[in-house]
Amino acid sequence: MTTAEEILIDPVLERVRTGIEAFDDLVMGGLPRGRTTIVGGTPGSGKTVFATQFLAHGITVLDEPGVFVTFEESPVEIEVNMASFGWDIRRWREMNKLVFVDASPRDHDQMIIGNFDLSGLLTRVLHAARQAAAKRIVLDSVTQLFDHFVAEQTSVRRELLRTATALKRDGLTVLMTAERNSEYGEISRHRIEEFVADNVVILRNALDRERRRRTIEVLKMRGSRHVEGEVPITLVVKQGIVAVPLSSLRLEQQSSTKRVTSGNPELDRMCGGGFFRDSVTLVSGATGTGKTLLVTNFLAGGAAAGERALLVGYEESRGQLFRNARGWGVDFEAMEADGRLKVVCIYPEAQNLPDHLLMIRELVEEFNPDRIAIDSLSALERIAPETGFREFLISLTSFIKKHEIAGLCTATNKSLVGGQSASEQHISTLTDSIILLRYIQEGDFMHRGIMVLKMRGSEHDKQIRRFTIDGAGMHLGQPFDGAPDVFGDSAASSA
Amino acid sequence: MSVSDRSNPGANGLLRLYVAGDGPGARRALESRLRIVEELAGGIEIQVVDVLAHPEEAERAGILATPTLSDESTTPPRRLIGDISNITQVLDYFGYRKKDSGYDHS
Repeated sequence: MTTAEEILIDPVLERVRTGIEAFDDLVMGGLPRGRTTIVGGTPGSGKTVFATQFLAHGITVLDEPGVFVTFEESPVEIEVNMASFGWDIRRWREMNKLVFVDASPRDHDQMIIGNFDLSGLLTRVLHAARQAAAKRIVLDSVTQLFDHFVAEQTSVRRELLRTATALKRDGLTVLMTAERNSEYGEISRHRIEEFVADNVVILRNALDRERRRRTIEVLKMRGSRHVEGEVPITLVVKQGIVAVPLSSLRLEQQSSTKRVTSGNPELDRMCGGGFFRDSVTLVSGATGTGKTLLVTNFLAGGAAAGERALLVGYEESRGQLFRNARGWGVDFEAMEADGRLKVVCIYPEAQNLPDHLLMIRELVEEFNPDRIAIDSLSALERIAPETGFREFLISLTSFIKKHEIAGLCTATNKSLVGGQSASEQHISTLTDSIILLRYIQEGDFMHRGIMVLKMRGSEHDKQIRRFTIDGAGMHLGQPFDGAPDVFGDSAASSA
Repeated sequence: MSVSDRSNPGANGLLRLYVAGDGPGARRALESRLRIVEELAGGIEIQVVDVLAHPEEAERAGILATPTLSDESTTPPRRLIGDISNITQVLDYFGYRKKDSGYDHS
């Protein structure tokens, strides 16, 4: 006789957007409405931020009020702690868009004998939900509830399940945070996820080569699909959690056949008519081979063609870059004054990789450039653990292509002759084109050589050409006669 | 078990009993309440708060579990959660003495 009372499960679960865009993509649009999601994480992994953001998005964007049940910090502490993310919790409370249930520890003596239930808690939550006409409920963190009734784990489990069921019956979307002891151990203390959760999300804040690496992972989504694996996240002032998607998940960017100039007509010819508009080119070479000159040409060529160009510099200061350009006959000041160029220089160490990526994304969205140069990736590489750097490159290149911007990145070889940089190895499969700049010894002379190693979707000059640099920039000369080894260590190979 | 004396029990001590609705647990607690009041013969008053009817009272007092017998006149408040049918134990916990100070009751 209970079939009619069973909760109807819609074949297509309605989604509740969390406001963390890239996360919503991972879970096919948001958390399923009317379900319970556990967000597990070690202390400091961002559980409360995630939970608050979930409520904030409902309140400020979708007109879905919320209830915040806090077992840990007091409502005032949460107000203060979350203010830096731009969330005006006090105002929401005044507008009755957010109602707190304050279950934070209060000073009292307590003794437990025999059976009890948590009707007090459930009633308070339901009352708060009615007051606010809430659609979203946060319980932060349920681990604290277990600690509160430390000798009564079985009762708490039973009561938590009863609470979750009652909230579900009212169509409320519930997010419970739970504490974890380690980044890659059991999912949560007290194994809360086993009995109460439809969905499980893990926040991590792992130490990787002396650097913190924050990620989010969807572990389980009952009855629906989700994207697997850890995705880097970062905490941003005035925004909250920002997930940095591996956009390679969606290879939606189309390839255009429109060519743009590299800024050097001779190099354009070598490339079969210039770079493609929505492609990323890697320029690789040892220090002093002319990478920054190619970048300067690239920017100047864009500006001359009426485009807007953005340069993100990680190696040299603005002053140095402007002086270099002037030395090759390019006036960055005038280009900036015309609004054709924007130069941003920052130390790689100033922030971590996801923040660098966000900064570049914000610059692109703000300045709306037609081309972007990044000089150099190798400088960024030194601040990042290997996995993080690869994710960064994937995100960066797919972002550049998605915006149909022509991108030019540089990578510095460690050795002066030949050799490969790690970023070259990482990025070579991700970039559309690779240009090598090399010192090449011929008899008693050291020449500079340039070659187009790869040009996706196009014919290109396969020769290694000499080039010289003077006050007017780069001049391509004749191909080398012999067959210089541009990959190996020339000293070693000649020995 | 030592019976600790209330420093100043007052003529009329006031406790609150938080219950949820009228399920078996609540009914048992209400029966126990009557016996306690009887036992102290007017020396104690126990207010009943049904949290289902007055959730704002539960919120104010920070009640999570029911039944909860609470003495809010002390700082910090003292709370007894669960089964309050053992009257000696209850009075002992809250520091009340039975009227005839006899330990024997059943």
